Amino acid sequence: MSTTVAVRPAVALPSVTRVSLSRTGLELKSFFRRREAVVFTFSLPVILLIIFGSIFHGTVGTTGVSFRLYFTAGIIASGIMSTTFVNLGISIVLEREDGTLKRLAGTPMPKAAYFAGKALSCLVIAAIEVAILLGIGIALYGLKLPDSGERWLTFTWVFLLGVATCTMLGIAVSSVPRSSRSAAAVLNLPYLVLQFISGVYFPFNSLPKGMQTVAAIFPLKWLCQGLRAALLPDSLLAAEPAHSWELGKVALVLTAWLVGSLILCLRTFRWQNDR
Amino acid sequence: MDSTTSVRVRGLRKSYGETIAVDGVDLDIFHGEVFALLGPNGAGKTTTVGILEGYRRRDSGEVSVLGTDPSEGGREWRARIGIVLQSNADASELSVREMIRYFAAYYPDPRDPDEVIEAVGLAEKAGAKLRQLSGGQRRRVDVALGIIGNPELLFLDEPTTGFDPEARRQFWRLISGLAHSGTTILLTTHYLEEAEALANRVGVIAAGRIRAIDAPAELGGRATAKARVSWLAPDGRRSVQTDTPTRVVAELAGQLDGEIPELTVTRPSLEDVYLAMIGHAESDAPPGPPGRSPAPTGATQ
Repeated sequence: MSTTVAVRPAVALPSVTRVSLSRTGLELKSFFRRREAVVFTFSLPVILLIIFGSIFHGTVGTTGVSFRLYFTAGIIASGIMSTTFVNLGISIVLEREDGTLKRLAGTPMPKAAYFAGKALSCLVIAAIEVAILLGIGIALYGLKLPDSGERWLTFTWVFLLGVATCTMLGIAVSSVPRSSRSAAAVLNLPYLVLQFISGVYFPFNSLPKGMQTVAAIFPLKWLCQGLRAALLPDSLLAAEPAHSWELGKVALVLTAWLVGSLILCLRTFRWQNDR
Repeated sequence: MDSTTSVRVRGLRKSYGETIAVDGVDLDIFHGEVFALLGPNGAGKTTTVGILEGYRRRDSGEVSVLGTDPSEGGREWRARIGIVLQSNADASELSVREMIRYFAAYYPDPRDPDEVIEAVGLAEKAGAKLRQLSGGQRRRVDVALGIIGNPELLFLDEPTTGFDPEARRQFWRLISGLAHSGTTILLTTHYLEEAEALANRVGVIAAGRIRAIDAPAELGGRATAKARVSWLAPDGRRSVQTDTPTRVVAELAGQLDGEIPELTVTRPSLEDVYLAMIGHAESDAPPGPPGRSPAPTGATQ
């Protein structure tokens, strides 16, 4: 038994940015190698979009805007929430249960890098999802890409803020289920309910007033509204409850949820099930 | 804490509600030694090691691991330790080499990933996906991930549970090699022969307390314990306990005129000593919450 301690040269710890990028690579590799998960993740909203498109025709109220365009914007919002909030939340519950998180917590990996890796990989996956849905909307329902710089700007910040908010929410809610068996149920309940009350499948102003009030508390309603502002013509404003896109409110509510869930993550995130 | 001590624990206590898991543990582990912590399930082994690894909070007591309090250990401290946990069952799509490279990127001064793969005997499986590996191969990956950061102190929690005897021998050679290269190792195990094969010193923990710490051959006075001489006499099996087994055997040889039928001379095995210790601990401190005195300090979590 030797008592000499090798004096290690002081080597700097890898930077948070470097480890974050490395984590992003790992997350994306892990996701895209699960073929069936990839196929189902991307095809679910596509199938919904096509089913709704073949059932529903007509226009939204007297606006002259095709109802198909309306729910295309809604399903894009819902697709963002499904790839970030639902899939991400379930995957973190699994990682907590199988010991992946505990093992990571035992390494010098900066904890922020884990979350950054999740967020950046979600951003890439959500971008692909949105591109596919936009493509179908354009090909089948006559959707038009934003026609001005201003609308592109709206589209970009609504998309980025929506992904960031839903990602943080998914991470925050992942601490609720006690096991992976209940994870899908816990994550899907709010997702399904919000889809129906937030103006994804039905025009928002056709919903009962009480439902509208409840939905306005949650982020999905605002994400849908922001995407409608970027993708649909202004003639639709007649069918918006406030007769305005309320982009300031969109930013405010999404940011409030982002900050709230970030604080929740910092205070309640569990790296292990036992303690 | 002097410069030769890797781990120093004094008066460590931890309760979960009414249940006292660790009830005043003192422990020193020196640089470069392999220390085995033995104890039955629920003895406080996992809790103690979990506190040293920084996974669990203690209620009271002093703990220093590589000069740092684990509850305050940051990235610099984590870079100096390696942890091999009991089980990792993730169905990863990554290959062995990819996984080990990703982990290497967390450390300031990692070992070469390919060398580590070679060292744990997975060179032929380096390109295989983790989910395709057998249990024993998976365990080697766990060890590879534990040592990739070139740790000064390695925690091994029941590393060979579920191994066949051949895999266990190979694993022991790997651990011995690490120990020879100067890594301090804290091993918990259920297998007494594993402790005997690997450890410089063994600590026995039962009912939340350290019952004995000694070299495996000395534990519980094994080396100086009376030997038992046993043989088959014409009227049945006979045995005597003696300090002078050689003389007893010589006398028997004289009496029986040659070969002594079914002769054995034994001293208590590590298992005998261990079972006597934990049996004693259990009888003087019944397990479970009822009837136990609460810890004097901080019984909250």
